[in-house]
Amino acid sequence: MAELSNQLMGITVLAYLLAMVFYAAEYAFGARSHIGRAASRPARQLVGAGAPADDAPIAPYEPEAEPAGDEPVAEAPGRDRGELVGKIAVGLTWLAFVLHLGTTVTRGIAADRMPWGNMYEYILTVGLVGSAVWLGVLTRWPGIRHLGLFATLALTVLLGADGLIAYTPVGPLVPALNSYWFIIHVSSIILASGILLIGGVPAAMFLIRTGYDQGKRRFPYSLGAKVPAAASLERLTFRLHAFGFPLFTFGALIAGPLWAEASWGRYWGWDPKEVWAFISFVVYAAYLHARATPSVKRTTATWIALLGFVTMLMNLFGVNLFFTGLHSYANAGGM
Amino acid sequence: MTAVDERPAPAVAPPPRRPNRLLTLLRNSWRQLTSMRTALVLLFLWAVAAIPGSVWPQRPVSPERVTQYFQEHPDLAPKLDSLGAFDVYSSAWFAAIYLLLFTSLVGCVAPRLRDHIRALRTVPPDAPRRMDRLPQHAEAEEHADAPAEAAQAAAKALRAERFRTKVREHADGSWTVSAEKGFLKETGNLLFHAAMLTVLLGVGFGYWYGWHGNRILVEGRDEAFCNSVTQYDESSLGPRVQPSDLPFFCLRLNDFAATYQDSGQAKSFAAKVELQTKQDGPWEPEEFSVNSPLRLSQGNIYPLGHGYAMVLRYTDRYGASQTKVVPFLPRDGMFTSEGVAQFPDVNIDPKTNKRDVKLQVGFEGVFLPTVDPDGGATSIFPAENDPVLFLTAYRGDLGVEVGLPQSVYSLNQGQIDNGQLKKISGDRPQRLTPGQTMTLDDGTKLEFVGTREFATIAVRYDPAQPYVLGGAVVGLLGLMLSLSGHRRRMWFRIRPRGESGSLVEAGGLPRSDYPGFTDEFGRLVGAARGPEEGTP
Repeated sequence: MAELSNQLMGITVLAYLLAMVFYAAEYAFGARSHIGRAASRPARQLVGAGAPADDAPIAPYEPEAEPAGDEPVAEAPGRDRGELVGKIAVGLTWLAFVLHLGTTVTRGIAADRMPWGNMYEYILTVGLVGSAVWLGVLTRWPGIRHLGLFATLALTVLLGADGLIAYTPVGPLVPALNSYWFIIHVSSIILASGILLIGGVPAAMFLIRTGYDQGKRRFPYSLGAKVPAAASLERLTFRLHAFGFPLFTFGALIAGPLWAEASWGRYWGWDPKEVWAFISFVVYAAYLHARATPSVKRTTATWIALLGFVTMLMNLFGVNLFFTGLHSYANAGGM
Repeated sequence: MTAVDERPAPAVAPPPRRPNRLLTLLRNSWRQLTSMRTALVLLFLWAVAAIPGSVWPQRPVSPERVTQYFQEHPDLAPKLDSLGAFDVYSSAWFAAIYLLLFTSLVGCVAPRLRDHIRALRTVPPDAPRRMDRLPQHAEAEEHADAPAEAAQAAAKALRAERFRTKVREHADGSWTVSAEKGFLKETGNLLFHAAMLTVLLGVGFGYWYGWHGNRILVEGRDEAFCNSVTQYDESSLGPRVQPSDLPFFCLRLNDFAATYQDSGQAKSFAAKVELQTKQDGPWEPEEFSVNSPLRLSQGNIYPLGHGYAMVLRYTDRYGASQTKVVPFLPRDGMFTSEGVAQFPDVNIDPKTNKRDVKLQVGFEGVFLPTVDPDGGATSIFPAENDPVLFLTAYRGDLGVEVGLPQSVYSLNQGQIDNGQLKKISGDRPQRLTPGQTMTLDDGTKLEFVGTREFATIAVRYDPAQPYVLGGAVVGLLGLMLSLSGHRRRMWFRIRPRGESGSLVEAGGLPRSDYPGFTDEFGRLVGAARGPEEGTP
């Protein structure tokens, strides 16, 4: 079963990679796809997308208002190669997600426990949550499909790095992890990390799009031509963060300390992982404050969200690689 | 923290006299401090200031790694130390940031609390005259009922949606219905910030009135310890705690059991202990393990680690023997352990009863719970499958009288270097299995009686823990409320039309960015106009 999980892992990464290639292909060749219509009005003229005149009016700041009713129009036969390529990319992402799920489940069966016992399994599951969130967002708002290039890029890199750097053979838990808090603390952190990391994707796209709207045309702003309206991206960014942040607060600042108290005797001890969780909390709190303040520009607020994304990456990889602390469960032995 | 922009502009009043410059300065500084921009800057500073604590070892977390850092970087370390890099979270600059931040928070939340209470107690204001200027507006439509009934119907529909509703009758015969909803958002916001204050205060009180101590507790009734500062290997009391404040209890370890996987990875730990909580009271059997500490009324006992203690019996040249139980500290995951046994009070001539420091003995040892059959220098399994102790014997002045604090896990290297403490057991350490005895060059003997397990325990008391937890939970609830709701106002104006009918006009104002308001407005207008005329 452990062997199967490892093989599935390899195929999963390949599937994400393939999905990424197709997204990229759509990006490159699908200039006339309905992506253009999902983009806001001024941009539509700029990219010259073939938007039908009877297009339903779209509230400029409302992702929900991009109705699924667009689809039939977009599926007009022979209209666009990019359309088909994009559809294939989405299908591949689903396939990769199912494989990813299989990898995680078989890993759990092989170890006979929840597959969150070491960094490899942890990142595997964070990636799975990120992938699920991405597919959920995609199903709800199909107009943002081409953001998939960045989502699959992030997932490919995350999982590739996980398999290459953090791989650990299947093994039982160290005693310190043998607690019901293991499930509560780790699952909430995994969920929150997945959501917050995916939240970084529309944040980056928003900044690119805003730059594009201001007339910047060099890379990476050139990508802005094909992403949805800045306001919808901004709103999506906020929603993901507003959902992920309380979850992260619960996992890192309530469930974590409760467990730490029972296990290590203190609820907070500035262990490197705790330090970086604190930093992420403060940075994301700053993002929410900045966004709630009218005098702070939305781009500034979104830059703060991206900074939060960096601190989350530091939390996931950096802390385990650079520092030693109580959260170092990669090595066996000890208490 | 508030947004300065949202504050109403101060009323323009004629300056009665020249403003006091100091007062102006103070007022401006206060405004600056409580502004959102400052709060954001402080939040960032706080996050940045926390980073060094993960880069450099911290004294309260791992003092031994700080010592190691000082040895490895003799030039850099003192400079870093003077900046507080090894105790970031108690440093003045870290405290300065969060104290400023929390002052800013109070200065911002207090006026908002006042405003919010005021808003909660005020009835929703009357409809504006020009409702068509509102972000949401529904043109006047005919209604079959008279204005009074139509107004009541609208109010009922709004109340059903938990709007705070006020119906007003006007002199011209028209009626207005004002409604407001979404106060929970601000309530949650204020709750969250108040909870953060509670957490900060709780952490402070926990530090002032809490204490903790760590020690090694070896198995056996003779190794019992009682809760007092002197009995801990390392302890720290809060500024408001006296050593005499520590509650009485005594603890002895009867059995420490560890189980392992075949790989040597630990599977479980459990400590069986006996606890005495009253002077001369009964000893009660108790148990604790990782993740399930032994909870006392004041303080909890946590297992931090474990290892093996050597039981060594030395028989001196006069035939007197002494037994010592010395914990050896594990050096790796397989419990290759190191330690020393020192016998300063031996070889005392029974005739003169005088001690000769030159005849003191000490032993340096490495213990392997499972010796490597291939002759490796380290243990290959953490349990005692094939225990072997390698000992090196020294005789001479151990240097323990000088009064300087020194490690009980190593011999005084200075005494070895200056030749006062000499190695007497040859070049290679003596290999002993439990029960074996080594004979030294002067005919004295050392017997390796066996081993006992020990547990490293921490005893901790933090009286403010429940408040911190309560604060965190309330904070999370407040956070979720503040991120979910939307404050918005609705108005209906109902004018009489004809003999019995009326005209119903509606307007809506979202107080925050709320794209779903259009739908809600349509739904509410439909509901207020009644099912038959309901044309959203």
